[in-house]
Amino acid sequence: MKRRHFLALPALAAVPARAQTGRFQPAQDVGPLVRKLADGMAPAEGGIEVELPQIAENGNSVPMRIRVDSPMSAADHVLAIHIIAERNPRPLVATFHLSAASGKAEVSTRVRLAGTQKVRVLAELSGKRFRIAQRDVLVTSAACLDESL
Amino acid sequence: MMIGRIQAPPTVRKGEPFEIKVLVQHPMETGFRRGMNGQSIPMNVVNKLTCTLAGREVFSAELGSGVAANPYLAFFAVATQAGEIVVEWSDDRGETGRLTAAFTLA
Repeated sequence: MKRRHFLALPALAAVPARAQTGRFQPAQDVGPLVRKLADGMAPAEGGIEVELPQIAENGNSVPMRIRVDSPMSAADHVLAIHIIAERNPRPLVATFHLSAASGKAEVSTRVRLAGTQKVRVLAELSGKRFRIAQRDVLVTSAACLDESL
Repeated sequence: MMIGRIQAPPTVRKGEPFEIKVLVQHPMETGFRRGMNGQSIPMNVVNKLTCTLAGREVFSAELGSGVAANPYLAFFAVATQAGEIVVEWSDDRGETGRLTAAFTLA
């Protein structure tokens, strides 16, 4: 074997190994997580406005604004908002707890997204009612969740 | 004690929702990264943030590794009396931070 062929070997072997280390996270089934958060109930679609860019250039910081239709009165208000990203290694991104004292069911934050995926927003309303919305995001450069710095 | 910033109106109308913006300086370490020496960097995120308005809790958040570094949060609150907005948070290492902003009723 020629020296240059020998030297090329580890370089070739390293490429697939690196690709497997979570750079392309498969989408997970978030159904059980949604069911757990929704207390076993099937959440209704709609009633939530999610502002999320269609194309996120950098998955490390994606701005997100969530608005839930609710009068925010003492009898009828939003109790919690969950953000679920199916391709993140930890799908539950954040949980926000609101009350009638919030006045308006609107929350903004910046999230990390490990690749192009569906982002779901689950809202818990008073009287054990649940609503869900989902939004597709194309992430050009995923958040660094593997070994690279 | 950690660094952060808060932005809220100095005067608010009674019973009308107003926006509170909070920015916390924190790396939000996921626990999946490795340092220069190949050792994995332990997870360290701001896991809990609460906001009280004149002693009454109006908002709280449980954050995970999916929240971007230097977490930014904007949310609404309704005031019934003048007082202080107090935002407190803690991370996985047990470090805490606190921000306050006073407001009056218009």
